[in-house]
Amino acid sequence: MTEEVVATAGEGAMEVKPLSPWADTWRRLKKNKLALIGLVIIVIFLLVGGAQEIANLLGPHNASESDTAAQRPWWQRGYLAPYDPNGGDFHAGPAGPINPPSMKHLLGTDYLGRDVLSRALVATRISLLVGIIAVGIALAIGLSLGPISGYYGGAVDSVVMRMADIFFAFPYILFVLLIMTVLGPGFRNVFIAIGILSWAGYARLNRGSVLSVKQVEYIEAARAQGASDLRIIFRHVLPNTMAPIYVAIAMGIGGAILTESALSYLGIGMRPPDASWGSMITDYQTYFFAGQWWMLTFPSIALVVTVFGFISFGNGLRDATDPKLKE
Amino acid sequence: MDELLLDVQDLSTHFMTHAGVVKAVNGVSFTLHRNETIGIVGESGSGKTVAALSLLRLVPDPPGKIVEGKILLKGRDLREVSNEEIRAVRGNDIAMIFQDPMTSLNPVFKVGMQIAEAIMLHQDKSRRDAWRMAAELLAKVGIPDAESRVNQYPFEFSGGMRQRAMIAMAISCNPDILIADEPTTALDVTIQAQIIDVVREMQAQYNSGVILITHDLGVVAEIADKVMVMYGGRTVEYGPIDEIFYNPHHPYTWGLLGSLPRLDLVEKERLTPIKGQPPDLLMLPPGCPFSGRCGYERPDECPLTMPDTEIVGPEHGVRCWIPNDERVSARSELPRFVARSK
Repeated sequence: MTEEVVATAGEGAMEVKPLSPWADTWRRLKKNKLALIGLVIIVIFLLVGGAQEIANLLGPHNASESDTAAQRPWWQRGYLAPYDPNGGDFHAGPAGPINPPSMKHLLGTDYLGRDVLSRALVATRISLLVGIIAVGIALAIGLSLGPISGYYGGAVDSVVMRMADIFFAFPYILFVLLIMTVLGPGFRNVFIAIGILSWAGYARLNRGSVLSVKQVEYIEAARAQGASDLRIIFRHVLPNTMAPIYVAIAMGIGGAILTESALSYLGIGMRPPDASWGSMITDYQTYFFAGQWWMLTFPSIALVVTVFGFISFGNGLRDATDPKLKE
Repeated sequence: MDELLLDVQDLSTHFMTHAGVVKAVNGVSFTLHRNETIGIVGESGSGKTVAALSLLRLVPDPPGKIVEGKILLKGRDLREVSNEEIRAVRGNDIAMIFQDPMTSLNPVFKVGMQIAEAIMLHQDKSRRDAWRMAAELLAKVGIPDAESRVNQYPFEFSGGMRQRAMIAMAISCNPDILIADEPTTALDVTIQAQIIDVVREMQAQYNSGVILITHDLGVVAEIADKVMVMYGGRTVEYGPIDEIFYNPHHPYTWGLLGSLPRLDLVEKERLTPIKGQPPDLLMLPPGCPFSGRCGYERPDECPLTMPDTEIVGPEHGVRCWIPNDERVSARSELPRFVARSK
């Protein structure tokens, strides 16, 4: 009896191997040139920003790290940076502190004689870190409250969603300004402020998916197995609602980097002399029109290119995971 | 007779909706012994699934609520136990196989993981042991190459194999009672027969009691020992399988049997559908829910009060106002039973 059953079940089972959801998404993402460009940009900037860690992984000792570099906090390490990003030198070149790009300083030096390339490299690390950590904080809050809200519904749902409404109702930049004023400027406070202000979007986005996933039979099957509510929410429901979240993460990091730049531009983001793209732009803008263009140009390009990279990749990812656009 | 596993008495589950109270299950009673299979049959909306979900308290509350009755699992009333305790019962004492295997497995986990999870929820087993047991269970339900199949995702399984995996998950904790909610409805006919065989083998191996919910009398004839016919949330007839097939007493049971194709007849026979529409559960008559579609109806009795159970054979009861002798004579005129007597 059993042998017979086995034989029939085996036939034809291995003929066509269906694509996994990930492979399928990648296949469609590959066709989108803009998204691929975005992905390449993201990877390059991540490599630059994480150069220190990559170098540590590749070799046990770090020969190029100077004494001053070792004294800087971890988030200001720039393995590729030839000079100390915050160390000024009034005799950096023949013209005093401000020098145009040369072989010694590839992107020139600024009004304190600091190497612009070194500052830009460390700013890359800082800006990406702020973006990633801020989105991480927002996800941690949003993805705990969102699924609980959607799964239980009723009063819990109302409370969480009204809280989200409150966060949506305030003008975003004003709210960030308020929090930054309370916390004070600095690397850590920037991502805390951005993180706790942007959870509502993730929570609401996720709640919507949870509402549909919790109706599906495998959730009832999990309940029939005796799984507890929390287990069902975070182990069975949440992983099935992640596709839109990945898109939101890609977009969100770009957005958080922009917000950080805006804060630093307004002078309440990074604390001087720490470099971020925003603080470099605000520092150097006055020199641009005096003809010393190199200081402003490179951080601005880096900012625009990175944000473009995240957003076009996010867009492509959304199209690739959208079942309505499947051919 | 084997050990009494489940004794359901007067179970009523209602849904409090905005439009009114939906009496999905209304005073249903049955018993289930070890090694026994009971088939619950009835059309869509007759309350079969809600009755089964009520046993595990899986009816969504609100709006659903078990308003009356006792669910005695080996003497313990499942309506009284705490949420913790009912979770320990689910999957461990009573396991469930769902209708649609395509949606009953979580797409983001490997099949083995889902079975192993069920094991780890109820038994003190290490992850590695649970995985090994998962592979053994998959092999047991007839999945070839189970060792590598445990590492695959549900989308790599066919419909029949997914249903086998569901059965493996259900039997993983050696449950006393297996509830199969239309386990074959979403499968094609050849796979249906295989799945029925798997269920039967697993029952023999684990000595479980099986509650089979279906609208397919063919499936019931294959596997069930006794049958409960439900209509409009009520039990209208129950009895051993042979009694229901060869000596049915309720007009609704006749209707169900009449709409079943038969291969054993030489003469061609038309299938007779049951006239009318299933009743609106919001506006059930106080009496027999089948009144209005019945055809043998007594307008001054049937819609007004529900008759008591009348015993018409060994373990065979029916709830109908038509007197016994009239029922027998009316039945003998039905094409199906005329044909049989030839």
